[in-house]
Amino acid sequence: MFYREAGQFKTSYTADMAIFPLREDRIGLAVIIVCAYALALTGNSFLLQAVMIPFLIFSLAAIGLNLLTGYTGLLSLGTGAFMGVGAYACYKLTTLFPGLNIVLCILASGFFAAAIGVVFGLPSLRIKGFYLAVATLAAQFFLQWCFIRVPWLVNYNVSGAIEAPLRTLFGIPIVGATATPETRYLVVLTMVIGLTWVASNLVHGRVGRAWMAVRDMDIAAELIGIRLLRTKLLAFAVSSYFCGVAGALLVFLWYGGAEYDVFNINQSFFILFMVIIGGLGSLIGSFMGAALIFIMPIVLGMVVPAVLNPFGLGVSAATIEHLRFMIVGALIIFFLIVEPHGLARLWQIGKQKLRVWPFPY
Amino acid sequence: MKNQTGATEAGTITEEKAMSTLKSLALAAVVCAPLLPATATAQDSIYVPLLTYRTGAFAGSGIPIADGMRDYLTMLNERDGGIGGVKLILEECETGYDTKKGIECYEAIKSKNPVIVNPWSTGITLPLIPRAAVDKVPILSMAYGLSASADGTTFPWVFNPPATYWDGLSQVISYIGAQEGGLDKLKGKKLGYIFLDAGFGREPIPLLEQLAKDYGFEVKFYPIAAQDMQNQSSQWLNVRRDKPDFMVLWGWGAMNGAAVKEAARTGYPMNKFFSVWWPGDDDLRATGEPAKGFRTLNWHSADGNYKALSEIKKHVVDKKLSQANPDKVGELLYNRGVYNSMLIAEGIRNAQMLSGKKVVTGEDVRRGLETMNVDAERLKAMGMEGFAQPIKLTCADHNGHLATFMQEWDGKAFVKVSDAIPPMVDKVKPLLDSAAKDYAEKNAGWPKRSEACDKAS
Repeated sequence: MFYREAGQFKTSYTADMAIFPLREDRIGLAVIIVCAYALALTGNSFLLQAVMIPFLIFSLAAIGLNLLTGYTGLLSLGTGAFMGVGAYACYKLTTLFPGLNIVLCILASGFFAAAIGVVFGLPSLRIKGFYLAVATLAAQFFLQWCFIRVPWLVNYNVSGAIEAPLRTLFGIPIVGATATPETRYLVVLTMVIGLTWVASNLVHGRVGRAWMAVRDMDIAAELIGIRLLRTKLLAFAVSSYFCGVAGALLVFLWYGGAEYDVFNINQSFFILFMVIIGGLGSLIGSFMGAALIFIMPIVLGMVVPAVLNPFGLGVSAATIEHLRFMIVGALIIFFLIVEPHGLARLWQIGKQKLRVWPFPY
Repeated sequence: MKNQTGATEAGTITEEKAMSTLKSLALAAVVCAPLLPATATAQDSIYVPLLTYRTGAFAGSGIPIADGMRDYLTMLNERDGGIGGVKLILEECETGYDTKKGIECYEAIKSKNPVIVNPWSTGITLPLIPRAAVDKVPILSMAYGLSASADGTTFPWVFNPPATYWDGLSQVISYIGAQEGGLDKLKGKKLGYIFLDAGFGREPIPLLEQLAKDYGFEVKFYPIAAQDMQNQSSQWLNVRRDKPDFMVLWGWGAMNGAAVKEAARTGYPMNKFFSVWWPGDDDLRATGEPAKGFRTLNWHSADGNYKALSEIKKHVVDKKLSQANPDKVGELLYNRGVYNSMLIAEGIRNAQMLSGKKVVTGEDVRRGLETMNVDAERLKAMGMEGFAQPIKLTCADHNGHLATFMQEWDGKAFVKVSDAIPPMVDKVKPLLDSAAKDYAEKNAGWPKRSEACDKAS
């Protein structure tokens, strides 16, 4: 009913292979993008700065990890470290070449992360599954160690922290303290949409099919002529690129400064949970996972006191924090029991239901 | 703001069938909605947010400080009806000592016109420093944060009284020197520096290296990563092997207690073990008797025999307005929270006098902090005679570089064991100036101070 395919004829191969073959999907996506841009004009600074910007950045990182874990089937625990490589690379680039456009810096910093990702992806040719997770864990610890121990990375700053200097785009500050949340949000949104588009094209094309073939059975993939070395390393490179850009955005457009500890093992798990909850092998799932893991605690932090206060139950900030932990934990377990394939699968089921409604068969 | 929430919600209804990312927009609308009542702060009140941590690995240190800060300001509200007749609206935001949550807290409080922010974490302070001037919210990072921010000319919006970590380190070294019978006796000695491997613990290292060169002692570094705070045995094995003549501890949270315990276990002599001002009573109580003789720096009293504290007991604790265990009132870290709130209150009070307004803004409080002059008389008036030394801040000096003293753990409580130890100004000052200059240079476009300098009231 809501997804009526009747009457939508495909007259060319291009139309048949379109990513969004249904008109409803295309309209929906356009509306979402317009709404997202409109939010920059209407949203208050808390919504933009503390909710939407980090949500988009984490979504990007989740897409990066999803390309590796969800599409290629290579489990990685080094996401946090690869994000860190992006952030530190961007810091070095922008301090070495202050004239260089910061957006270019951020995009270029992803290549450094990609190079490091390839190096740590080499073991993936010999080891699989949990053993690979351990190998990427080494990346996490080694890179984090570098962030502390190599003072060159932080320009010999005594406190070991990196700070985002003032940088402009078309004369408007987008990085640094004077940048307004609106401009930061627009830059992040545009970059995330652009990179999601790239990812979407990758996974729907030859490269993505090769990744999925490797995920499903690598020996079979090798037999049909997919070169494992190139495919797996490409997956590591692209995944780390996305994570690196996300890390640079995290420091430059959200925090404004960071210590090495931002990119710790918890960050890696945080992104991995987003991917698992959102749905392995799904771009939409990455956004949904990021929303659930990142936005839900914030919403709970506001809803819980709002619900309890009318009953005269003044709750302290610490109690809310404990409640947040408990509720988020319970919800994660609930979602995993109800739908082990993640939120993306739930969305797919819902879509199918809408399609046949009101006459389900 | 109402329009915007409405618009987003309307949007959600019409495209319910559409794509998924909308879900996040709907969530965004939900996030926004509860903000509406919160922003409506009363006109005749001053909003003082408290960034605290009562959860996580650092809660052991965070809870007494949070209680102390909150109780002193609550006491002012209860006893005097606020400051200058204006009630203070106190609100805690839980950071868990996590930078991410700290920034989220800052964004949440920013819209409610805070007059001051206390991040209570060096990690949260660093990203806030450039924002302070833009958002017009002064930062009070009491004896933590960026040492260089003591320079008020470069950092007009940041305050870190009463001493920087560099002051603290120079005080530890001069105390050790005095114990040995002169700084020149340090020559050839071996000093172990065990520290939290983060911005906080690494801050004193340049000065330590320089002092080692100047006085001819050797330094061994024992870094403890944040995730290994409670598992320091491997580093203490190194300590056992190296046998340093002195150990200096720069830790926070669970790290302090664990370090003292490990020192006791490896049999390191406690009277050779010194620390910066962060270990609290609970950290040492866990080790108990063997921790006897452990010494830390401090700048205020570690007992509850002051009028201000008995007023807190009377007006806050007895009325069940405090979350603190009554036994803990007057302990070291609780008192540190009280001291922090005393600075906040004095900043606001000064701001009221300077601006002539009752309801002050962040800009006024910045001026108020800058002209703060808490002399002995004022301390007496606040019921804190002898609680701490007088402190005076100026436009150029946002720190005060107060002398501190050594206190010793006697198995049950801290006892003051030294006179005031002044910082080595000649060593610290050049480092401070160059660090501030360096910060401004590295952050191209760092604004020159444009804030006028007020005369002290």
